[in-house]
Amino acid sequence: MQPPPTRQSETEIITAILAGETQLYHELIRPHERTVYMMALSFMKNEAEAEDVAQEAFLKAFRALSTFRLESQFSTWLISITLNEARSRLRKQSNVRIQSLDEDPDEDRPISPALLRDWREIPSEALERMEVRTILQQAVSALPEIYRQVFLLRDVEELNVSETAEALQISVPAVKVRLHRARLMLQKQLTPLLKATQPAQKRRWIPWS
Amino acid sequence: MVIDCKHVWGYISEYIDGSLSEETRRMVQNHLDHCELCSAVLDSTRNIIILTADERVFELPAGFSERLHARLDEELRPPSTSP
Ligand SMILES: [Zn+2]
Repeated sequence: MQPPPTRQSETEIITAILAGETQLYHELIRPHERTVYMMALSFMKNEAEAEDVAQEAFLKAFRALSTFRLESQFSTWLISITLNEARSRLRKQSNVRIQSLDEDPDEDRPISPALLRDWREIPSEALERMEVRTILQQAVSALPEIYRQVFLLRDVEELNVSETAEALQISVPAVKVRLHRARLMLQKQLTPLLKATQPAQKRRWIPWS
Repeated sequence: MVIDCKHVWGYISEYIDGSLSEETRRMVQNHLDHCELCSAVLDSTRNIIILTADERVFELPAGFSERLHARLDEELRPPSTSP
């Protein structure tokens, strides 16, 4: 029996695709669908457009597969194709974007977090509530672009710092600075909102059942 | 060495990632042990990172995979005529 394709390394799958087994491309990209979509969404901010960018990126990656260097990471290569696709699409759209794609004039100004005496942990079960999911999505979407991208790759897609740097074509120190700012911006904005979604503390000792 | 709260906030992210130098980490740790404000900043930041990383927060649109693979099929089916 043949081992399932998922057990093959990406390098082996890519080599096989280039040798003509093009159907394996379906298997190759399956683990990366979410990351590519999330990156597209971080630019386009609109689900339909993001999906279109993601599809286009996967198609372009397939057509360019022979240029992929086997010693590099397939995921970061895919992300850079996605970024290029999203950027070129934004350039074609006529709406003028005031915010620069690559810098934040306030980058040197420190961000003060929301201050509180103690934090009652919000458990993952809280995510079963649409309200809580929506609050989180909106806060991340509202981050300035350069912070949103780093945050999505590092903390949502869980790439490491150097993978993130490579994908965004920025330096490792820039990733760290932007990630730090993104996290504190979210802390500042989300802490009061999330706290408000939790049951009031004064009811803590009332035996409900 | 003693550092104030504002300095600690500047280290929160790297503290979470464990990428501070041993000396700085100890300094921050020392402060956190005695400062409930900074501890709450750390706890809430960490909590938010864990929540946003949960797959339920950012989901693929329904049918995303099906549509993607259907579109790829059109591309993959003919014998590839790469340039
Ligand atoms: Zn403090």
